[in-house]
This record gives sequence, C-alpha cells and structure tokens, in this order.
Amino acid sequence: MSRVFVSRDMASVALGADDVARAFAAAGCQVVRTGSRGLFNIEPLVEVETEEGRIGFGPVGPADVAAVLDGSHANRLGRIEDLPFFAGQQRFTFARCGIIDPVDLNDYAAHGGWLGLEKARALAPQQVVDAVKASGLRGRGGAGFPTGIKWQTVLDAPAGDKFIVCNADEGDSGTFADRMLMEGDPYCLIEGMAIAAHAVGAGHGYIYIRSEYPFCVATMRAAIEASAHLVAPFVLEVREGAGAYVCGEETALLDSIEGKRGQVRAKPPLPALQGLFGRPTVINNVLSLAAVPFILSEGAEAYAAVGFGRSRGTMPVQLAGNVRHGGLYEIGFGITLGELVNEIGGGTASGRPVRAVQVGGPLGAYFPPSMFHLPFDYEAFAQAGGLIGHAGITVFDDSVDMAHMARFAMEFCAAESCGKCTPCRIGSTRGVEIMDRIIAERDITAPVRPEPVEGRARASTSSARTEGGYLGKALYSRAPDRIDVSIEAQTNLLRDLADTMKYGSLCALGGFTPYPVLSALDHFPEDFGASAPVKEAAE
Amino acid sequence: MEDFVTEWTARHGATRDRLLPLLHAMLEEAGYIDDALVPAIARALNLSRADVHGVITFYHDFRRTAPGRHVVKLCRAESCQARGGAAIEAAAAKRLGVAMGEVRADGQVALEPVYCLGLCAIGPNALVDGRPVGRIDAAVLERIALEVAA
Repeated sequence: MSRVFVSRDMASVALGADDVARAFAAAGCQVVRTGSRGLFNIEPLVEVETEEGRIGFGPVGPADVAAVLDGSHANRLGRIEDLPFFAGQQRFTFARCGIIDPVDLNDYAAHGGWLGLEKARALAPQQVVDAVKASGLRGRGGAGFPTGIKWQTVLDAPAGDKFIVCNADEGDSGTFADRMLMEGDPYCLIEGMAIAAHAVGAGHGYIYIRSEYPFCVATMRAAIEASAHLVAPFVLEVREGAGAYVCGEETALLDSIEGKRGQVRAKPPLPALQGLFGRPTVINNVLSLAAVPFILSEGAEAYAAVGFGRSRGTMPVQLAGNVRHGGLYEIGFGITLGELVNEIGGGTASGRPVRAVQVGGPLGAYFPPSMFHLPFDYEAFAQAGGLIGHAGITVFDDSVDMAHMARFAMEFCAAESCGKCTPCRIGSTRGVEIMDRIIAERDITAPVRPEPVEGRARASTSSARTEGGYLGKALYSRAPDRIDVSIEAQTNLLRDLADTMKYGSLCALGGFTPYPVLSALDHFPEDFGASAPVKEAAE
Repeated sequence: MEDFVTEWTARHGATRDRLLPLLHAMLEEAGYIDDALVPAIARALNLSRADVHGVITFYHDFRRTAPGRHVVKLCRAESCQARGGAAIEAAAAKRLGVAMGEVRADGQVALEPVYCLGLCAIGPNALVDGRPVGRIDAAVLERIALEVAA
C-alpha cells in the first residue's frame, strides 16, 4: 500500500486537494494530509513515498491516480526540496510546513519539535529573554520592534496576571504566511507561545485569528487541545475575529478580545505594561512567536548569523498577485526585490511585463521595476518611502491603473477605519473624492484608457455625482463650482491630505494609507494625468 | 433565540469578553443577529443595550438581516485585483443576478465582499458557503452559479 501526502492547506483545498485526496484513498493509498509546501503553481500536489524519498507530482487531479502511482505522470517533479524554488530557501520557521501531519504530535516531536521549549524551561526567564534579544529578532507583524525588548518590559513588570497574545489577524492582501504556518505547523506557534509564557511569567495565552481563516481556527483549536498537557500550566485559547481589518492593530485587537468594538487605544500606556484586561501583555505576530523555538533550540547565534544590517534572521516572503511562481519563500534578509519578483517569482503569471509591486499589504508602497535593486531590509525600505510590513509582495502587470489602486487604498481605509481619529475616518473619504476628481479630469483631458469619454468637460464628474446611497451623498455633497478640479490643484490637495493622515492618525491604518497613495503618485505620475514625472520630495 | 442566549452564557460564562464568542455562536445558529435580541444579550452579559449595539455594528461579520440561502464571498483585495478580480466581480454579479453586497430578491444567494482570504497567489478567490475556491475564471464561475442555484 502506497503512502501519499496531500496538503490540507486552504489554498490547496481551493484548488481541489480534497478531491485528489479522496481519489487516492479510494485507490487504497494511505493518505497523509500535510500543510502546504508553499509553491502554488504545482498545487494540488501529491507526494508519493518511495525508496528515493518523497516524489512529487503536480498539479494533479482526481483522474491522475494511476499515472501518479506508476510514476508515469507528465507532471513528475522529483523530490520537492530539490526544486529550485525550494533549494534556495533558508527554512528556519517553516522547516516542517508541508512535510509533517500538522496535528500529529509524534510527527512534530520526530522533526525537532519541543526542543526549544525544553531548553527554555532549563533556563531562567531572564536567560530566555537574553537569547531572544541576542537573536536580533524583530516583530514580524510589520513594525520591526525588537521582540526581546518587548519581552523584557513584560518580564520586569510587577508580578501578577500576565498574558501572551498572538496576533493572527493577518488581514493584509498578499500575505498568507501566518495562515500557512497555523494550518501547516500549529505546534510551532504553540511552542513559541509557551516559551514566551515561561520567559515573562504568563499563565494564559490568546490566539486572535481572523474569521476569514476558518481552517486556521479549526487546526489551532485541535492542536491546542492535543498539546494542552505539554504546555501546562500555560493555558491557550483561540479567539475569532469578526471581519474588522483594524483589529490587526495590536491595541484594537486587545479591545476586541475584551469584547469591545475594535478601536485603537492611544499609547502610552504600552500593552507591555497595561495590555489585555489592563495587565502586562506580550503581543506578537505569529511569525515572531514561531521563530522563537528555532532560536532556543539552535541558538541565538545561528539565527542572527543570517540577515542584513539590523534585520537579522529570515523572513518568510510571500509572492502573490500576478506572479508565475507564487508562494512562500523563506530567506535571510538582504535579497533584492528584483531577485524575488523576477528570478524566484518568475515574473508575471499573465506573461506581460511587471509594472508595479506592492510590498507590505494595503498600507505598503507601490514600487516600479526601477527600484528592484532594493534589498529586503526594514531600514532600506523605510528609506525608500515604503515598508516591509508582513513581507507580502503583490505583483501587477502593465494592465494596472495606478490611480485606481490609489483610490482603492483610500476606499479600503474608509471602509475599515475604526472611527476613533479624524484624519483616518474623514480623511480617507475625502481621499476617495479627490481620487475620483483626478481620474475624471484625467479621462477627459488625456484618456490613457481606451474607454470613450462622452460629453464635454466635467460630464463624468456630474454623472458620478448622481450616484445613489449614503456614500454618494457624502462624497459629492459640496458645490462643484467651489472646487478647483484641475489635476494640479487636486494633486496638491492629495499630498496635503496624505500629510495630515500620516502625521495625525492614531495608528498605522490612517498613518500608512498615504504610502500606497503617494508612491503610486510619485512613481506612476502618468496614471494621474501628469505628463512628466513629478519628482518632488514627499515631505 | 432568547433561550439560546441564556443557555449559552450559562455554559460558557457571562463576562464581558464572552460577547464576541456569543455573537459568533448566534451567527452560527441563526445566520444573523436580530436587533430584537439586543436586550436579551445585554441582560445576559450585564451590559447596556447601546454597548451591545455598538459592538454588533462595528464588525462586518455580524449581519443584522437574514443572509441568502447561499453566500458567495468574493475577494476584492489587491492580490485578487492583480489577477483580474474586478472583471470576475462584474461577471459574478451579472451571472448570479445580484449586486455586490446584496442578497438576491428571492433570497437564494448573497454576494458579499471579503478583503483577503490569504490565498493570494491563486486568485481571484471566493468562499462559497464556507468552501474556498481559487483561480476563478468563467468556467469556475459557472460551476459556482449552478451550485448556488440548487
């Protein structure tokens, strides 16, 4: 009887992996459901256990069982780890993902699981915090704050109830590393949280998972139940989000766990001192916590040995959007954007030229190919007017309209704003209005898209103004003759607004929405109706 | 449903932080959270009605009207847009006969926006009655349409 491996990852299932698994089971195979290996153009992927190792076939369908089992299938890939996409990776955090049965405790232990926790428990809490500091690990949620320093603050806080909270509200488009890890290696996250609990003296932990990730919720709940005896007396609980993007902001997340509207809190006080239920709280991203078992088991030096500048260790980069080889690529910091997009990602899936990439989700900047020399590093990206964020890279081909993407960034901010601060709540709506005026003027004066423009000047503005609903009323309530709708005036207004949002917002939602908007404007001025590139300083 | 609220809180606790889990359980049970139940929830958790209303209306998931018999949640985020999501959205609205964000008049199907399902390399994506579907093209859309017509 053959033993075959088929992923149960949500992306694999979306491509039909369940049907494939059922077909192999019906043919008498022993089917092991794993996480995803992380390369989606070969999914659904089946690996067959042989004497030469696990031989992969993909993509395959339910009708391919016989051809796969006799080895004659055309999509034979050989050993997955020998494929170029995998051979170049440095899998520290995702070492087990796609290989083991995610909820099988024996499989986890057989692949180096729990070694980090064992080592940590043999050390004093301060020594564990010191190891995390020495590793150079920085918050993988996007802000890049040193994890060890956060832990030190919580450790130094007066004893009493303390909490470990894992931010698994991975709402950024183009990112899926948290989801893959929780579905493919949930014990790794649990181990990381147990180490954090030991390091700071916490007794209770929460994993806040967005409701758009139903597979994660189920897998984490099963894994928590199965491993409860191993992490005791530390107790873990999953809390499910409810579709609010802003709950990925740490203080909004804490309020959401407390049963409130997910509104952002003013800082200080820091969550490390007054976090969940007003108690000292470590709140870290999934990838930060999941990096910790490796740091403890292999040593802080082994982790810090990889990286670039002040960005130490590895980053699970996610190649997404219109990209040929989309998937998860874990590599040390310092690799360039161009290598990631063109060499590893293989360019666009559509075969057209790459026009722009957005790095770091809806709040990240758009970069043109002329900036592909940028090394993947927190500081280098900040200097270039962008951010790494959660390391998602969304690729767009030359059919993209960057003014529409800038409008979408504002629209998204308006839809997801928690409403607490004015620049974000009102500014985003005003931003949509400005973008509509710019797009309307552009399409009248210099139509870059082939759509025919009917009527004369401002015809499209007035037709847009008659849109129904509360949004239409809010957007077009002012008398148009009082507004200078020239592209130049509106562009200046947009920059002014972006400045207010950037410096006046309470959190990154309003504060970072200017990144995609201004980067689109700066790097792709032709889409905003400007004839020549406007190269003025952002500030 | 009022009995459901009292039974649920008796079993799972009635502290304030149980509010979201309770609302999720009610959503699972009835498909939506009726405004008429707000007083019962407020009583059970010792909160004001305004407070409960505020939480329900803050989160996109907590719908206050009955959903369609079938729900298609189609991703509108950047990665799906980069793979032709806008065209699929327009085609889906046309084929299913319902505008984005609406329930069809006969209650058979709802088309809802979702901002990222984390399947960003295989878009455009959707959740069809909770089941993930990737690489949506005209053929896949037709399969979805036939599925939700049943």
